[in-house]
Amino acid sequence: MSAFDELDLRNRHAIPLAAVPVEPVERFRETVVGAVRGGWRLVTMFGMPEGGDDTRLIAILAHDARGALGATSAVVRDRYPALTPDCPQAHVFERELAEQCAVCPDGHPWLKPLRRHLPDHRAPCRTDVVLDPDAYPFFRIDGEEVHEVAVGPVHAGIIEPGHFRLQAHGENVLFLEIMLGFQHRGIERLLETADPVRAVLVAESIAGDTVIGHVGAYCGAIEALARSRKTPRAQTIRGLALELERLANHIGDLGAIAGDVAYQPAAAFFGRMRGECLNALMTLSGNRYGRGLIRPGGVAFDVPAAMAAELRAKLERLRDELSPVATLMFESGSVQGRLEGVGVVPRAQCLALGFVGPVARSCDVARDVRHDHPYGIFRFAHIPVATAWAGDVHARALVRWLEVRRSLEFVIEQLAELPRGEPRVPCGALRPEELVVAMQEGWRGEIAHVVITDDRGGIRRHKVTDPSLHNWTAVALALPGNQISDFPLCNKSFNLSYAGHDL
Amino acid sequence: MTPGAFASLAALLLVAPALPGIATKTKSVLTGRRGAPVLQLYYDLWKLVRKGVVYSTTTTWVFRVGPVVVLGSLLVAALFLPLDGRAAPAHFAGDLVAFAAALALGRFALVLAGLDTGSSFEGMGASREVTVATFAEPALFLCFIALVLATGDLSLSGMLGAPLAAAWPHAGASLTLVGISLFVLLLAECSRVPIDDPATHLELTMIHEVIVLDHSGPDLALILYGSALKLALFGALVVEVFVPRAALAAPVAVVVLVAGLGAVAAGVGVVESIMARLRLDRVPQLLVGASALALVGIILLLR
Repeated sequence: MSAFDELDLRNRHAIPLAAVPVEPVERFRETVVGAVRGGWRLVTMFGMPEGGDDTRLIAILAHDARGALGATSAVVRDRYPALTPDCPQAHVFERELAEQCAVCPDGHPWLKPLRRHLPDHRAPCRTDVVLDPDAYPFFRIDGEEVHEVAVGPVHAGIIEPGHFRLQAHGENVLFLEIMLGFQHRGIERLLETADPVRAVLVAESIAGDTVIGHVGAYCGAIEALARSRKTPRAQTIRGLALELERLANHIGDLGAIAGDVAYQPAAAFFGRMRGECLNALMTLSGNRYGRGLIRPGGVAFDVPAAMAAELRAKLERLRDELSPVATLMFESGSVQGRLEGVGVVPRAQCLALGFVGPVARSCDVARDVRHDHPYGIFRFAHIPVATAWAGDVHARALVRWLEVRRSLEFVIEQLAELPRGEPRVPCGALRPEELVVAMQEGWRGEIAHVVITDDRGGIRRHKVTDPSLHNWTAVALALPGNQISDFPLCNKSFNLSYAGHDL
Repeated sequence: MTPGAFASLAALLLVAPALPGIATKTKSVLTGRRGAPVLQLYYDLWKLVRKGVVYSTTTTWVFRVGPVVVLGSLLVAALFLPLDGRAAPAHFAGDLVAFAAALALGRFALVLAGLDTGSSFEGMGASREVTVATFAEPALFLCFIALVLATGDLSLSGMLGAPLAAAWPHAGASLTLVGISLFVLLLAECSRVPIDDPATHLELTMIHEVIVLDHSGPDLALILYGSALKLALFGALVVEVFVPRAALAAPVAVVVLVAGLGAVAAGVGVVESIMARLRLDRVPQLLVGASALALVGIILLLR
């Protein structure tokens, strides 16, 4: 039993904001640190301006084995004792707080700008800035033979901007520091201020390759606040779209990993098959990335029987084509030699820092929102959680492949018999003064949208946490000790979002 | 220079840019894609020579001289190869050292030009290129020693000319090992999979490509043509070891050379389609393996 039980906070289940306890900051700190020691983990932590000089810190925690969520909060002025020294999971959230709300976490060991922008959620009467967005203090290793390699923000491939700074001794990487923020668009502000019709488009654009993931979580939050009940048909179609998005990206990643080690057959075939999955999403929604499909209250387009049958036939063919290519890749000695033992994320580090998604599952941490905090179709149709134990590039590729197989089975099975019902029901007004946590297992891992409404049912605070925010730290920690020439491969095996991190 | 030698040298210089195209086309077809045209490099070269050049302000004359020396040294090296299967345009006892020295000079110029940019990427590439060369050069010399022992001649024209055909009946095993070793060297010297990946865009993993990132326009054309010519030179070495052509009529010898080069390039494409690239710290092991093959060839000849 725990302190959070009486809250009855669950995934996509709104509670009154007044039910979230406001504790003195010392007590808040003890609650969070104690809960994390007791098996909870930090889903997100953020600040909400409270009028005057005050900022309310809100921490959302999850207990995966129990399927429970917890929340607590504290009101602070301009500084408070940082949680990070006792609870490393909080490190990135406290950096975000310092930057977003100009609240200084005293004693934070790595207090650097996260996205390099000025505070956009500062308490109304405050004017100071804790972190100078223009000055980024890079960590540096001195020594005559140590050299520094700076990569990006403009890269050779067509990818997003991010700056990587490697301290290297010859070919060996000693340290990697990642500086992001080039894609900051002020997503949270937009979601809080835009009208609902536009906000859903913003939610679709949080990360270009996770359209379904983010808009699904966004709509989950809005529907919970409006007490809108989707039909089973809508839930199933959403599940299909989510898994198709996972399929497209996982297959694409497998191909990209093969491409990075110059293994052409797998790179070429997986590349084509990724296209097949995107085409399936195109059939569902009219857009290859699934834009325009998911709207509050359900889905914008129904799936007629003929379309379901056609999709099913295509995906069955895809299933038959995938296996030989994956076998070719995973059983080729030259590929194994490149993937095994590279970029290892130790299990203990994963637990301490709260990584999510395939990164966590590849080091034997079975963490999957679809399984732990089920919602929608996943309450009825279970997808087994795929894990591996080695935590290296190979394990991350293997987890992706296992998930591809299971998601494909799920999609084929669901397409055989779609439940009846309207694709979309009207979604009413939002309840005032409530808080909801909507989580979704996107293909990169746990997406969390926390929405708090004001006294008139408008959106007061919309916190978005993309899995990349958790997992970028894993990239920085996995690389030291590896070859500098393995950095792109390593990075690709995580394939994190820059836009999702930068918001 | 005999007309035959001239014709075969001209043929080599002419077909060289087609070889990377053949390798890429083979790779594309084997992996189910259509691929770029075989003659793509000719188009690229034609495009590049008409372009302007951009020089970074941090570079000096070393950077500008690099591409010229690279191509020049390869042309000099080509003069020592008996491309018609009989005698090279230039030959003397011990010219095999001159051949290797010309290749080394080209590499030296390339690496210096890369270092001259002051970019950390190119410095890294330079370090890798030289590391690979450190292991590739001994293998090349071991191959030459085996050929010298098999044919009893100290010039490339002798080793790969008429005496080679006479040596095949009694030294076939050694010569086969040498041929294989030379093919591995070709993969290393010409930056192909499994040593390097010519198709990658990831600077941090490149060996050869990263050194030439700053070259542009006609300079880049020289570099690209040089790379193709190097592939042709090593391809010619492999062809000459496996197919002694001294007994053939001169035009036939040229045709056989060109066909052989095409086959070697296709072989490179096959290798690139069936295996992944080696981890960078495994590359020396592969090259030591190539040296070992040549050494076994030598031992077989010493018995």
